[in-house]
Amino acid sequence: MKNQRLQRVLVTSASSLLAVFVALCICAVILLITGKDPIQAYSTLFGAAGDIKVLQGTLNRATPLMISAAAVAIGFKMNLFNIGVEGQMRVALLATAVAGAAIDLPAPLHILFCLVVAMATGAIWAAFAGWLKVKRGVNEVISTIMLNFVALSLVAWAFKSFFTADTAPGVLLVKTKELPPSAWFPDIVERRLNGMFFIAILVLVLFYVLVWKTKFGFQLRASGANPGAARVTGVNPKRMVMISMLMSGALAGLVGMRALLGDVHAYQNNLAEQQGFNGIAVSLLGRNHPLGIFISALLFGYLGEASGRLQLEDIPKEITTIMTGIIVLAVVIINEAVKRWDDKRIQHKAALALATRVVAE
Amino acid sequence: MRKKSKIIASSLIALSLFAAACGSDDKASDGSIAGVAFDTGGRGDGTFNDSAATGGEQAASELGVEIKELEATVDEDRKANLELLVTGGAKVIVGVGFMFTDPMTEVATANPEVAFGIVDGFINGACGDPITLTNVACLLFAAGQGSFLVGAAAALKSESGHIGFIGGQEISLIQEFEAGYTAGAKYVNADIIVDVKYLGPAGDNSAWGNVAGAKEIAAGWYAAGADIIYTAAGGSGAGTIEAAIEADKWAIGVDSDQYLTAGTPEAQAHILTSMIKRVNVSVFETIKAASDGTPFTGVKMFDLSNDGVGYSTSGGYLDDIVAELDAIKAKIVAGEITVPAMP
Repeated sequence: MKNQRLQRVLVTSASSLLAVFVALCICAVILLITGKDPIQAYSTLFGAAGDIKVLQGTLNRATPLMISAAAVAIGFKMNLFNIGVEGQMRVALLATAVAGAAIDLPAPLHILFCLVVAMATGAIWAAFAGWLKVKRGVNEVISTIMLNFVALSLVAWAFKSFFTADTAPGVLLVKTKELPPSAWFPDIVERRLNGMFFIAILVLVLFYVLVWKTKFGFQLRASGANPGAARVTGVNPKRMVMISMLMSGALAGLVGMRALLGDVHAYQNNLAEQQGFNGIAVSLLGRNHPLGIFISALLFGYLGEASGRLQLEDIPKEITTIMTGIIVLAVVIINEAVKRWDDKRIQHKAALALATRVVAE
Repeated sequence: MRKKSKIIASSLIALSLFAAACGSDDKASDGSIAGVAFDTGGRGDGTFNDSAATGGEQAASELGVEIKELEATVDEDRKANLELLVTGGAKVIVGVGFMFTDPMTEVATANPEVAFGIVDGFINGACGDPITLTNVACLLFAAGQGSFLVGAAAALKSESGHIGFIGGQEISLIQEFEAGYTAGAKYVNADIIVDVKYLGPAGDNSAWGNVAGAKEIAAGWYAAGADIIYTAAGGSGAGTIEAAIEADKWAIGVDSDQYLTAGTPEAQAHILTSMIKRVNVSVFETIKAASDGTPFTGVKMFDLSNDGVGYSTSGGYLDDIVAELDAIKAKIVAGEITVPAMP
């Protein structure tokens, strides 16, 4: 049993590595076609790893990706596709920026307060999609996409109409009132790596414990794998949809906190943009598993950090975007192929074991 | 200049002590490095960012500096890219767009020996009192003044007395275009109808490349009787031009002379004029000043008085009213007309 699980882990990791390798090969071909030298490109890309600043930047960029991938993955675990992480994050960003600046608390409490507000608003925004699914049967893919647009417009309007702080004359960059320093999440390395990194790790650990080590997690996975069977065993699917949507939204609320509490300390337009969407790719590549998410968030963070260096070598920045796209595609395709092969292998082994037993008897 | 270089070369130790004072110590025309950092969305919009890139290219060919360009994809890239340009040896770095405000403040503070410029950005410590940063220039444009002139041109040319304005994101930067345009049109014809619509709220980056959205709005207004539409929305403006071709009405371009960048004769036949914001000039001048050893600091205003903004006459459609427009321009420069900043 243990041995089989180990085998499965090895097969999964090997297939993900294979996917990354295949993607690198395809990108090398693309580089060649566009007249660039792939060896030079890859030596620049991987050579950047020698710089300590790049490593710090990688962890810093990976922080929101880990949280947003966990938010997506918790939905995936029960076949819910929450594309609304971006919108949930955005609503939470503004709400937290406003609420955090409005009160005064001692440092650790103030940060905690901000995190709770962020999770609560994210969850509330996600609850709309959950409610629509449970009560009206609206597909969550559609409702969360639509709610993203609503969130973007609503937040932009509310920010502009009520919450912009007065700026010095001439300043075009408008923000909300700045958070007091007691709400600033401390840095690990000043202005390079924020302490939210630990929160992201904590989220992944809790995600693992919750999904794989608790009764709720079992019900969640069961409803995802086989809703019919889960219902027979007494799991209420509607309740599961609602709870996982709320949890997904609560995590989504945390995604922007590194940018808000750890960097800018106020809300501004475009803050943390795309981080909600990028989590989807990270989650896919990480196969919805905390360890996989951790590793793929690091990979995406690294690619982002290194893309500037590629540009300096006259290699268009789009190549890293293409690379991440191809990696995700390759993962999906190779995983499916490997899964089929693995199923066949296990079936074969089981049949063989059965056959030998029959023969022995 | 040459003398200065020699002194610097012979006293490297002194230089390190006076690093802050000698913002840019390179010899002109010999492969010193200048950086241009674009924001997300960056190059290829046919107007604003490409205009900045042209300024860089001009500096490369006329001053012999090597230009390094970096474009941001996500939030974190802005600071990272500025730092990469510094470590890449750039002596002067221009950030294109006001989103560089905070990252540039941080990187410029840490690197006082490098000269910085920010297009459309106002950095408090560098351009507003109290001055704490002496190595940053804010490259600002009086876009309202240029818009006032194309608004006046639209009013003079409109036969229906009905014109339109399509903006990108509804932010103060773009509202200044709207305010100037409307005021210019009303200055000529107090009864003129000006339709106004924005493609997206603040923060909606699709507003800068929403060709279909601009076309839909423009087609609707043209059908309702408008005959000239001014679009200040980056790449979205192409949609207005398409609608103008189909309805056989006029479009007004923005930032670059879009008559020249449009390409097709049909498009050129429908671009009345463009409000020109000479971003290229600001980029070029910033690099030039730094390579001359006297980098810009503080506010550099590009307005009608120094031709930092203006209107284009390509196509010759304005030939009959140029005199009138120039009279208005003179009044603005003289301060007899004040252009509102907000609608």
